[in-house]
Amino acid sequence: MKKSFAARVKRDFQRHKFKYLIFIPVLVYLILFCYKPMYGVIIAFQKFRPSLGIDGSPWVGLEQFARAFDDPYFWRALRNTFTISLLSLVFSFPVPVLLALLLNEVKVSWFKRTIQTLTYMPHFIATVVVCGMITVYCQTNGLFSQILVFFGGEPTNLLTHSKYFYPIYILSTIWQNVGWDSIIFLAALAGIDQEQYEAARIDGASRMQQMRYITFPGLVPTISMLLVLKLGKVLNVGYEKILLLYQPLTYDVADVISTYVYRKGLIDADYSFSTAVNLFNSAVNIVFLLVSNRISKKLGQSGLF
Amino acid sequence: MKLKKKSMEDIVLDLIIYTLLLAMAFVCLYPMWYILMASFTNSSELALNPGFLLWPKKFVGNAYKLVFENPLFLNSFWNSIKIELLSLPINIVLTLLCGYFLACSGMMWKKPLAFMVLFTMFFTGGMIPNYLNVKDLRLYNTIWALVLPGAMTVYNAIICKTSIEAIPDSLKDAAYIDGANDFHIIFKVILPLIKPTLAVLLLYYGVAHWNAWFNASIYITDNAKIPVQNVLRSVLLANKDMAGSGDEYNAYAETIKYAAIVVSTFPILCIYPFLQKYFAKGALIGAVKG
Repeated sequence: MKKSFAARVKRDFQRHKFKYLIFIPVLVYLILFCYKPMYGVIIAFQKFRPSLGIDGSPWVGLEQFARAFDDPYFWRALRNTFTISLLSLVFSFPVPVLLALLLNEVKVSWFKRTIQTLTYMPHFIATVVVCGMITVYCQTNGLFSQILVFFGGEPTNLLTHSKYFYPIYILSTIWQNVGWDSIIFLAALAGIDQEQYEAARIDGASRMQQMRYITFPGLVPTISMLLVLKLGKVLNVGYEKILLLYQPLTYDVADVISTYVYRKGLIDADYSFSTAVNLFNSAVNIVFLLVSNRISKKLGQSGLF
Repeated sequence: MKLKKKSMEDIVLDLIIYTLLLAMAFVCLYPMWYILMASFTNSSELALNPGFLLWPKKFVGNAYKLVFENPLFLNSFWNSIKIELLSLPINIVLTLLCGYFLACSGMMWKKPLAFMVLFTMFFTGGMIPNYLNVKDLRLYNTIWALVLPGAMTVYNAIICKTSIEAIPDSLKDAAYIDGANDFHIIFKVILPLIKPTLAVLLLYYGVAHWNAWFNASIYITDNAKIPVQNVLRSVLLANKDMAGSGDEYNAYAETIKYAAIVVSTFPILCIYPFLQKYFAKGALIGAVKG
């Protein structure tokens, strides 16, 4: 016997009223601070004026998007975003894997723990402080500049030169995340069956061989999954560090979509245009995410959804 | 089974591994060590070689005195503490409630509501709509603009959900039979069992609030309300002085910046090592969902 929909809803609410009650604060939060701004995205299709509000501003269709596509600075930001993402992928990704492999070989537990504590530390240091340090080290007589002078460079403030921006950005990102990102690989290594090592030792495998044929293959599923996930976020370059480090002299390589959105929107107060650029970025992101999720499933991983 | 003698290859390998690890640890530690040492050095010694300093010639603590006497810094420090005190209870309660809801099953509306939660991880309004929303809700230039947006991180709610799911159902069922409702179960049964997870979540939220500067830079216009990172930003990156005067101040104008970093950073650096062993759990979940 099937009850009517209304009756089932009523019964469901009676049975689970506390669970729904518990969800109400979360729901209020989500609506006010996530879904309300999502509704605000429609200003990308308007010529938004704060005095008129979202509901009163005139609609202009895709005009803001057309403006973005005509703007060479938009394309520059898009190109820089891709460049920084791909450079991070190539250079930052392998370092935590290496750290995890090395840590896994250490059998002295206090040594291992100390190294972990020290390498996790940069993750907890504020972006502002990290960028402040970079600024000090990069000034004309700073540590990094002096190292370059030692190798025959000119004494100069490194942050004013476009050619140094990527190395500074990527290296400092590695520094910030190497320990933290190694945690997941260590967790994967802890899951490797110890009997495999036992068996390999009995067969006379050297430690190098054990690393090559047991440890590393044990990491491959995690590595491939994370790589795919990273590909899904290829247009997500955060603005915090770049905002603190770039300057007009280095905009040509350092300006990414998120910083471009920030300047257009909050500095120039071109709200609709900035929102349109951001919406375009989100749309591309979702496409990448869906594709990478598909690949992840093809590879036999669980995928995101 | 222990091998009597290590082979030559093993010794060389160990040597390489330990050296590389020590080098990595040194690189991670050095910048913080430098800040700590610089905060005890006088400005003239510091100005000679910015960046190289293993041990100052003379330890001087005057910069700390100046930092603790500086009204701008103290006020911002207090603002940051206020933000933590307002945020953390809200963060933890919302995360716990959301995690519990996601871990429950059998409700008719579970799926659409869970989708509503997870969707916000993949699509957000973005910078401008968020900004306009904060203005619209009349939070602009109030401390609540730094507390309420981001009051719950979905990623953390999923960590919470996973550790609730790890609790055997029999415990919950037994409580139900004894007449407990879901509120009792959350606070009497679940809360005591997931304390380590909650401690880690407190750390994650706490660090995130403490280190945040961007929202304050766009939402707060009143200098009396800015948090500590924004003061550090203007001092470290915009080369503004920490509004001080007098001979002592001038002699330590450079050192005082480092003392300010130490005072604002070291509290956090003292906490995380105690929770370090719990980090792995969150990382695994994050990789799948984040």
